[in-house]
This record gives sequence, structure tokens and C-alpha cells, in this order.
Amino acid sequence: MPEKTYLQAISDGLRQEMRRDPRVFVLGEDVGVYGGAFKVTLGFQEEFGPWRVIDMPLSETAIMGGATGAALMGMRPVAEMQFADFVSCAWDHLVTVAAKQHYRSGTPIPIVLRLPSGGGFSGGPFHSQNPESSFAHIPGLKVVCPATPEDAKGLLTSSIEDPNPVLFFEHKHLYRRIKGEVPDDRYTTPFGEARVHRQGDDVTVITWGAMVYTANEAAGRLEQEDISVEVIDLRTLIPWDREAVLSSVRKCSKVLVLHEDTRTGGFGGEIAATIAEEAFEDLDAPVKRIAAPDCPVPFSPPLEKAFIPQVDDVVTALRDLAAY
Amino acid sequence: MAVREAEPVGSLQEVKDAGLDREDLLGIYRNLLTTRTIEERGHILYKQGKIPGSFYTGRGNEAAAVGVGTAMGPHDVGTPLQRDIGVHITRGLEPWRIFAQYMGRVDGPTKGRDGNVHLGDSSLGTYAMVSHLPAMLPVAVGMSLAFRIREERRVAVAWCGEGAAARGDAHEGMNFAGVRRLPVVFVIDNNQWAYSTPSYLEFAVDHLADRAAAYGFEGVVVDGTDVLAVYREAKLAIEKAREGGGPTLIESVTLRMEGHAVHDDAFYVPREMFEEWARRDPIERFRSWLRDNAGLTDEEEDELSSSVKRLINEAVQRAEESPYPEASTLLDGVFATADELDAPHHR
Repeated sequence: MPEKTYLQAISDGLRQEMRRDPRVFVLGEDVGVYGGAFKVTLGFQEEFGPWRVIDMPLSETAIMGGATGAALMGMRPVAEMQFADFVSCAWDHLVTVAAKQHYRSGTPIPIVLRLPSGGGFSGGPFHSQNPESSFAHIPGLKVVCPATPEDAKGLLTSSIEDPNPVLFFEHKHLYRRIKGEVPDDRYTTPFGEARVHRQGDDVTVITWGAMVYTANEAAGRLEQEDISVEVIDLRTLIPWDREAVLSSVRKCSKVLVLHEDTRTGGFGGEIAATIAEEAFEDLDAPVKRIAAPDCPVPFSPPLEKAFIPQVDDVVTALRDLAAY
Repeated sequence: MAVREAEPVGSLQEVKDAGLDREDLLGIYRNLLTTRTIEERGHILYKQGKIPGSFYTGRGNEAAAVGVGTAMGPHDVGTPLQRDIGVHITRGLEPWRIFAQYMGRVDGPTKGRDGNVHLGDSSLGTYAMVSHLPAMLPVAVGMSLAFRIREERRVAVAWCGEGAAARGDAHEGMNFAGVRRLPVVFVIDNNQWAYSTPSYLEFAVDHLADRAAAYGFEGVVVDGTDVLAVYREAKLAIEKAREGGGPTLIESVTLRMEGHAVHDDAFYVPREMFEEWARRDPIERFRSWLRDNAGLTDEEEDELSSSVKRLINEAVQRAEESPYPEASTLLDGVFATADELDAPHHR
């Protein structure tokens, strides 16, 4: 199986769907000649033409509203926010129109919104955020956060197939850093099925996106201390795999919930509350959370390092849990 | 590019040249009467406590709505707003389903999940508005984008009020449509009052249609109480869009003859303004035009008004017989299922 970067997997998956289904088209800022700010759609306009790879004016509302209207007319738009942070400019169209359209009018809105998200390279307050929990809170939207190249392609294919608005958070720090085996053939990765990234018996880490690698590195270090850590990659937040989480908690009895988004109102709170409700009797320690602190994402490297959860933070928390 | 001010409609011959025969004209009159009667009856039902929530009427805007609706082709689509029940009537939505919607019953187009005028029927090419006006304007632009991508000869009509024209959605949608010369027609229902805020506090240009020049397409101002002039301008714009000529912005000027919703007595609108516009009532205006130009007889008038009355009586009764939605269905439809994409327009 060929090895590909996370970014190449997304690009290949999208191209494969566009070749297969003429209803699929791309719209976003600089997605055409330039190939997108991160080059995910590089070469697409040559292959598919200017009406299937649409360079939009700097108008997030028109991108999201336009995608909604096109979806209502039977198209399968894959819209891109240049950075996930800019989705705030499209909030109304996602939350007011797209999310509620099927419930109130019975008309499906099959849209994928690609959202390059996450920090780790001094992007500052407006190019680094992980706004997934804001949308996980909105009924009618699905939220997808792949961590591996294989999942990135399979989940993108599933997102395009899905008859609902899907927010596809692709972590920028994984784009070129992470490589993995990706099948060339078309395949889908189901929503709502978590993946065991690493098997363990003593402590469970529930996480997603780039934090899967942070958790895995911490788990590797703790192996030398005879602490066996299980890493669960949720892969999708809406829907999320409660059963996988609860069964890992039942096995290990100790759990850390880890995410790069800020702490208060983060999706980790929902996971921790569910564990408390459903698996209280199985716990041997209080549920622990590690998340970014409640502040904007800072620019300067030492500040950003203090903001994003680090391997050392996770090692310490897991050690404490194991000793509890 | 200067804004064009549309002429009023004159003779029957002129109307025939625009593609309407006498039967069409009587149909338009009937749609106007039906629209007004629905809203008058709805207002009574609201006061009787039979309609929950709030109630909005489009009194004064009937001609603007019916005129544009009549100009749309069978496969065209649109996103009409809260003063545009006339569009739904013209597209063929049965009045009893509108009452069922008002009353929150399962036979309303939204099955009780959304209220009042937030309704549409995709089989008739209408898509339900949201309260965040004019959020459906960029959505209509997206519909026209789909037509352009697939090279279909279909047109989308995007409605917007003069108040909502102040929002960024209107700018982003019109700008993109202008850049790509999309087959979309923008209709601004300028009824001069955005809730209690008069136009001079909403925009600083003489006409909202002046803005079209900034987006690279034509703007036209039409008297929204003249149903045939509205029809003519909408028809021109829609057919131009269909032929690849790009968007048009039609500003249709009326007065909102009642409050924002029925709780609002519109005390802030000068009395003389109401009196002046009452003399230009769109239905009365068209009725006398029909009498003068198309030989509308007393018998025809009686027949039309009694058949509309009968239609509405039956509609209210049928709507009242429609059940309320079961509480157990609360969570149904939050997400669509894959089989729903097999609907004809999704293939």
C-alpha cells in the first residue's frame, strides 16, 4: 500500500470523488489556480475546470450560503474555509440555515465544509483555533476530526456521501508531518466508530486529531515505567462512539480526556459527563481532563507551547492517574 | 449605469404583448384576492387564539408577490419572505396547507417544526425563509450556481426586504452573482419600514436598485402596487437571466400597510402615509384596471370573490381537522437519511 501524507490523502480522496460523481464540486478562496492555501486542490482546476473548482470572492457567507443553495438543487458541494477560524464568518449559514433545514423543511443539505484547524506553528489567534465543540453543540451538524491519513481519506469520502452538513476538521499540523499507508481504491470510514490507536490496560486516553500523537508519545514513554496506556481516537465527534469509550473505561478504570481546544465548554466535558453518568461504578479514579487553557491562541512560540497540551503534561497526568 | 424607473402598465394590448391573455389576468386577480383573504382570515384566527406564536401579513405587497410569482417559469425556484404569501399561492401551494402551517399542524409544509410564514414546498420550487433576513439570498445565489454549473436554463429568485438589504449577506450574495453572471434575480420588497425603522435610517442612496451598478448588473425600480408592471419587469429579468445575461436587481416599492406583525399597531407610520398608499391599494388598482381594460363584469367579480371565500372557508376547516404533531416525533428529522437523497432533484 502506498505511503501518503495526511494532506495527500485528503487531496486524493477529494479528487477520487470528483472523478466519480459530477455533482461534487469545490468552492472556496484561492482553491483554483493557486490550489488552496495548503495546496489540497492543486491541479484540480486543470482537471475539472473553473465551474467545478470555483475561486470565490472573499465571502464566507456566500461560500456557505452558496453551498447550501447548490446542495438544495442536488449538488454535492465541498466548501473550504481557508482556515477553520474563518468559519465564524459563515456561522449564520451553517447554524441558522444548513443545520436546521432538514428538521424544519425535510430537504437534505449534503455539504462538506473543509476546515483546516489547529495550532503548533505560530499561527496566532486567528489561524490556530479548534472550534469543533461550538458546532458539536448544534443539532443537525456532523463533526469529523481525522488523525491519520487513512482515516482522512475514508472519512472525507463518507462526509461527501453523507446527506447532512458535515464539518471536516483537518489538522494543519498533521498535513505534511504525518504519513501513513492509504489504499488507492475508494473506501469509506464510518462515522461514530472510534479507533484504538494503541492498546493498553492501565489508563485510557480519549482524544482526537493531532492530540492522538501527543497521547501516543506520552504512552510510549510510560511503557518504560510499566504503565500501559490505551489511546482511543474518536475520529468523529458527532456522532461519537460512546460504546468504545465506555468499554475502554470499563477495562482500564482510569481515564484522561485530552483535546487541543480550550477547556470550558470543550467537547471533553461532554465525554467526562457521559463517563460519570454511565460508568461511575467502573472508575478507580476521578476523570481527568487536559485541554488548552481558556484564552485565545497566542502567537509567540513559548506562549503557544504553554497553550497547546504537551507530551510532558500528558505524561504527568497519566502517571498521577496510574498511581491513584 | 443609471437605475431605470419602470413605466406603469397601460393597455390590454401591451399586456398581451407581454404574454398574458385575459384568463391569465383573471388568474392573477384571483391569486391577489386569495392572498389577501388568507391573511385577513389568519389575523382573525390569531386573535381567536387558534394560531400560536406570532402572525405576519403582507398587506400592500400582494401585487409585488403575485407579479413576480407569475413571471417565474415552472422549473424556476425562489426563496420568498414573510410578505410574499402571494408567491406561494401563485406557485400552487394549497391554502389549507398554509393555514395548517400557521396553526402548527402536521399538514403544514414544515409539519409544525417551524411557524408562520417560514414555509416552502420544494416540489413547487419554493424554499422556506429563516428569521435571519436575508440569509436565504445567498442560498438562492447558490441555487443559481447549481444551474450554471449544470448549464440548465433555470433561474433562482432571491427576495430581500429593504431593511435586510443593509446586511452583509445581501452584499456577498449580489457581489458573487455579479462576478459570475449567475442566473438569479434579486427582488427587494421595499415597503419603507423595517419594523419601526424608516428607510432613511437604513440606506443613504435614493434607490436600493442603485446598488446594482456596484455589482455590475442592471437595477430597476418598479411600483409594487402595479401587478402588471411588476410582472413585466420580473419577466424581463428572469428571461434575461435564463439567456445568460446575468442578474438584475428589482426594487419594488410599496408601503407595509400594517405593523411588522399583528402585535404592532405601527403608530410610528404617519397617518397621511397610510392614507396616501391606501388610495393605491394594489388589489383595488388591478380591479379597476381590469374593469377599464379587460371588461371585468360584476358577475365575474361576484363569482371570483365568492369562490375565493369558499376556498378559504374550506381551507380553514381542513386545516383545523389536521392533527397536531405527536410529541414522540420531536427528534425525527434532525438528520437526513441517505435514502432521502434519492429525491428527483438530488439525483
